[in-house]
Amino acid sequence: MTPAETEPEHPLELDAPRLSVKQPEVRLDRQGEMEDTERVERALRHFIRDFGRTAALYLESCVHCGQCAEACHYYVATGDPKYTPIWKVEPFKQAYKREYGPFALLFRLLGLKPKLTVERLQQWQELIYDACTLCGRCSLICPAGIDIANLVSLARHGMSSAGLVPHELWAVAERAERQGSPLGATPKVFQERIEWLTDEYEIEIPLDKPRAQVICTLSSIEIMKYPKSIVAMAKVMNHLGLDWTFRSDGYEATNFGMLSGNVRWQKDMSLKLIQAAIACGAQTMVLPECGHAYGAVRWQGANVYGKPLPFRVLHISEFLAENVDNGRLKLKRLAKSATYHDPCQISRRGGATAAARTVLAALGVELREMTPAADMNWCCGGGGGVVTIHRADPLRYKVFQIKMEQIESTQAEVPVTACSNCRQTFDDGQAHFHWDKTMHSLLELAADNLEESPR
Amino acid sequence: MMDLLAFARGPGLKYAMFVFVFGILWRLIGVLLLAAKVDRSEPRHTASWKGLRLIVLRLWPRREFLQRTAAIQILGYAFHIGFLVVLVFYLPHVLFFEDVFKGLLGTNLHGLLGVSWPYLPGGVIMMAGTVTVAALVALLVHRLVSPVKRLLSNFDDYFSWLATTAPLVTGMMAYSHVGPPYQTMLAMHILSVELLLLWFPFGKLMHAFTIVISRAVTGMEFERKGAAL
Repeated sequence: MTPAETEPEHPLELDAPRLSVKQPEVRLDRQGEMEDTERVERALRHFIRDFGRTAALYLESCVHCGQCAEACHYYVATGDPKYTPIWKVEPFKQAYKREYGPFALLFRLLGLKPKLTVERLQQWQELIYDACTLCGRCSLICPAGIDIANLVSLARHGMSSAGLVPHELWAVAERAERQGSPLGATPKVFQERIEWLTDEYEIEIPLDKPRAQVICTLSSIEIMKYPKSIVAMAKVMNHLGLDWTFRSDGYEATNFGMLSGNVRWQKDMSLKLIQAAIACGAQTMVLPECGHAYGAVRWQGANVYGKPLPFRVLHISEFLAENVDNGRLKLKRLAKSATYHDPCQISRRGGATAAARTVLAALGVELREMTPAADMNWCCGGGGGVVTIHRADPLRYKVFQIKMEQIESTQAEVPVTACSNCRQTFDDGQAHFHWDKTMHSLLELAADNLEESPR
Repeated sequence: MMDLLAFARGPGLKYAMFVFVFGILWRLIGVLLLAAKVDRSEPRHTASWKGLRLIVLRLWPRREFLQRTAAIQILGYAFHIGFLVVLVFYLPHVLFFEDVFKGLLGTNLHGLLGVSWPYLPGGVIMMAGTVTVAALVALLVHRLVSPVKRLLSNFDDYFSWLATTAPLVTGMMAYSHVGPPYQTMLAMHILSVELLLLWFPFGKLMHAFTIVISRAVTGMEFERKGAAL
């Protein structure tokens, strides 16, 4: 039985250029049975519980200057003011002032802010989920220094507690919580995939070693759609002669708990990885080509765990760059021109902007940067769980055109990225627009060009 | 009419100052006393204080954004700077502040630092005031015609605009002896300042304080990650 068949209620769409559950015939964008008043109460409670001083400060500082709109691909591509980033958290901003801020009493007495209603929350679902990839470009323009992307994440916490997550994103997150993978890559499927790859590519892929110095992790997108990426990771690790392993008790690095706003699921998913790393005594965890996984583990992992992680966390691009820098990883020169698509969570929000460029330099490609590039890069439009939501497709294709234009104007031969989710968004966009450009994986490019020198 | 002026100068100012000071403290403390989250992730850069540079960096948009936002930025600066010039360098204001200083510290600025509070000629102040009001009007028009800003705007935005513009307009009218008798105009001016003081802690004018803290917090958080500032 294929994984897609294990789930009659939310079958998977594994042959599509991007992975999701099948387009639902009837949308169920509400989860759980509860009264509307309870939904609102929960949304408020969780939004408020999850924010501390920083978020409150942000909500107090906005002067409604509207500049964030100019940074947002959704606004720039459509010109529709509702996509103004700070507007995406408007119900929560108002609810904060009415229920929680220092002058809450005054706002309530004077009726200056409307009471939050479930209709309003439902109306905002599109803005909070379909029309925000949490790319954080807006956080770089705000004159008040507000990290707007962070506020949208918090709004998702409220929405998830209220059971108001878009159908597909919820289904995918729920499956990830229940089966260990959002795309049906259960531990069993994963083990079989590794066995098959071991045979097919005649490569050693250590799985479930009881002790290892390096634990490697994957994204389900790679397991189900880009298995060559797994081989590439194994090739690099073996080439470097490392004591490494995959673990079937902690391999899935995507965190749809986080993307859907479900704090408990986010924690469950992160803890699996963290505990697997601790179980094998790993000193380093290598995260796959996945942007949000980096945010979830590298920056939020320790906070979910409650104490500092007893191992280093590196994105694969950082891992490659580190080994290029220390001379252990030698790559063949590639006589091609390339352009690099920065995954938002790795570059802009993650701080690893330089890593991929170090690897590309080692590959000797002629790097033709997009305008703008690096920290200011435009998002592919598929992050933050957006790519799973069918309803969001028309909007996603609109913002993807910004990306296509950017890449076209570099006239580079090879577009490269270091995020499978970006990559599948590009695959989907390519199919939709019958575009002739295919996005490549930085890891696969490196693995295909290892300099076989004696170590 | 003397009564109105006496009220404005006396108890009115006192009450407005009281609300202004305690309102600001209440709002700031109310926010700053909230629990801060401890970040346990391993920092990329340990000197996160270097992120405080965001306070300065965010004074002007990044090159990539400039084309789309420069005009509004310039108007914003025009009215902020103009407002400050009028507030701080107009002789009667200087005398007023010197008086307040004296009341608080027992000496004026000259006694304290050996320099006098500088002031600008009335004509220059009038020019600065005109530029300020013009910029404020332009920004109001932009708020009304820009779909994004119109959507975002609420009572706070328009009332804060009124509370900011009124002291300028009444002050300039008093200076040029336009409209009602001088004494009445002066009373109106002081009352409009009191409106500004009274409203300040409750609306967006508070950004004068919160914006620096907000930039500082974001800057340090991002610097810790090595993320773009």
